[in-house]
Amino acid sequence: MRTRNLKGRPVERDPKDPENLPAAIRQSLPRTAWWAVCASLAVLFLYPLYVMLSQSLKAPGEAAAAPPTLYPHELSLDNFRSLGGDTGINILTNAGNSLLVSLGATLATVVLSTLAGYGFARLRFPGSNLLFFATLATFMIPFQAIITPLYLLLNNLGLQNSLLGLTAVYTTFQLPFGLFLMRNSFSAIPRSLEEAALIDGCGIFGAMVRVVLPVAVPGLITTALLTFFACWNEFFAALILVTDQDKFTLPVSLSVLASGNLGSVNWGVLQAGVAVTIVPCVVIYLLLQKYYVGGLLSGAVK
Amino acid sequence: MTTLTKRGGCGGDRRTLSRAGRRRLTGIAMTTPALALITLFFFVPLVMMLWMSLHNWPLLGEHRFIGLDNYRNALHDTEFRTAVVFTVKYTLITTPVLFVLGLGLALLVRQRRRGARFFQAVYFLPVVVGLASGAFLWLFMFQSDIGPAGDLADHLGLAGRTTNWFAGSTSALLVVISMVTWKIVGLQMLLLLTGLQSIPTDLEEAARIDGASRLQTYRYVILPLLRPTLALVLVFSVAGSLLAFDQFYVMTSGGPGNSTITAVYEIYRTSFIKFQLGYGSALSALLMIVLVAVSAVQILLLRSSDH
Repeated sequence: MRTRNLKGRPVERDPKDPENLPAAIRQSLPRTAWWAVCASLAVLFLYPLYVMLSQSLKAPGEAAAAPPTLYPHELSLDNFRSLGGDTGINILTNAGNSLLVSLGATLATVVLSTLAGYGFARLRFPGSNLLFFATLATFMIPFQAIITPLYLLLNNLGLQNSLLGLTAVYTTFQLPFGLFLMRNSFSAIPRSLEEAALIDGCGIFGAMVRVVLPVAVPGLITTALLTFFACWNEFFAALILVTDQDKFTLPVSLSVLASGNLGSVNWGVLQAGVAVTIVPCVVIYLLLQKYYVGGLLSGAVK
Repeated sequence: MTTLTKRGGCGGDRRTLSRAGRRRLTGIAMTTPALALITLFFFVPLVMMLWMSLHNWPLLGEHRFIGLDNYRNALHDTEFRTAVVFTVKYTLITTPVLFVLGLGLALLVRQRRRGARFFQAVYFLPVVVGLASGAFLWLFMFQSDIGPAGDLADHLGLAGRTTNWFAGSTSALLVVISMVTWKIVGLQMLLLLTGLQSIPTDLEEAARIDGASRLQTYRYVILPLLRPTLALVLVFSVAGSLLAFDQFYVMTSGGPGNSTITAVYEIYRTSFIKFQLGYGSALSALLMIVLVAVSAVQILLLRSSDH
């Protein structure tokens, strides 16, 4: 049997030779087969998200049906309405907490890592390299390992069970990564650009803000995005460091829904809560894909 | 007037520091806030952890210095040992699954075909979903009677609709691993894809022209060049799996019969349910040592691949 490649030329190698079999298969793999495989996988990946949306949009009775219906026979926002207080949580409060903590930590991370990243990249001082490597060392130690003393420390500072404390913790754990990303962005900018600004009469800070910073904006957006996502989705520290229900962030508030009311869980409402948590991430990702993916890669290939 | 002279030339004011000196001071001033925060909320707790691990330290009441007793107890603690064994088992299953599927997806979407970018984006989509929220979603999907995934399995004849997936430790683990795969594999795909794309195609072509078969090309040309990416991807999933908590807390609560308690889960229980903060710190220190070792292996792997 002679196989043909895409251009229709016969393939010289004997496809029965096992060494060449993958090549033969790949070259003869018809376009439709590739599409079929990719599309089925895409369905598999999107299916859970479909379940989330369809379940949350069902009317309460239908949401509890066994066996489950395939799609909402009657579209209803009742599950989302129930998130407003009927089921033990007020999702607006929790979403507000999440937003506050995530935006606060993002702002703090961006400002602090920009300042320090520039300092480490351009304004070297004795010991600056050592300090930079000390911050990188924090990459190696997971924050799960220091959660116990962190809890005690926050307790002593009066920051336990407070959104400010959680924001400070999140900022601390996002900082090394942001710092690393920003330092690299600044290092990649040619020195001459900055020197020209200095000669033209800018101060060090002026040169940074007016000349260097605009060039580093992609790195800045990436840092902001990754920090926001990490804080919005964080569960472990939020679970431990915050104890009042009205201070819970979204992921922790879902655990209140999942623990149920009098032993029974309202799955429709829980999925509505999951949707409120997940949909913003998906939307932001779709809008700013380029920065998100690029940043993950530049960070990962450190 | 002074402002004018200053604007006219940077560093013109000779009474103050030299320009280099001012740059150094500015550098210190700019890095201090970040370093202060990292010191306060990272290095201080790190030292505290080591200190606390040498104490009997209840949440309330006096703490008492007990030397290395906590570490000695940890070695004989069957609960902790079970948690460690389970975590290692989970890591040993998850890592190859993620790697093989990630590589498969990467090779699939690597093709320069219309649609490849679209599928890349779709497979990556769950990566932006939080681990905890994803776990709550899959928890519902696999509920008995009302879970859509159970219903699907019933239609396909794989398992009955009434199957309680979370009642057996193997099936519970299977569900958790499926969820984690769905959520993480896109990231592995992306990393491997980038690694593959960074290999110049002429190298592959040269090997083929020299008579290497496709398998040989993969084995002797692509794989060695892909090593930094492989090291990265493996360490990513090993470290992530060793630190697993959210998915088990949400989906199995460590059950059935405490069979799915991970190391971090055990630390959580020790420190925040039993309130044995000293013992919890000792367990944390042990966890830290393991993870530092994993990072060290990564650095070694990356180093040796430079030559």
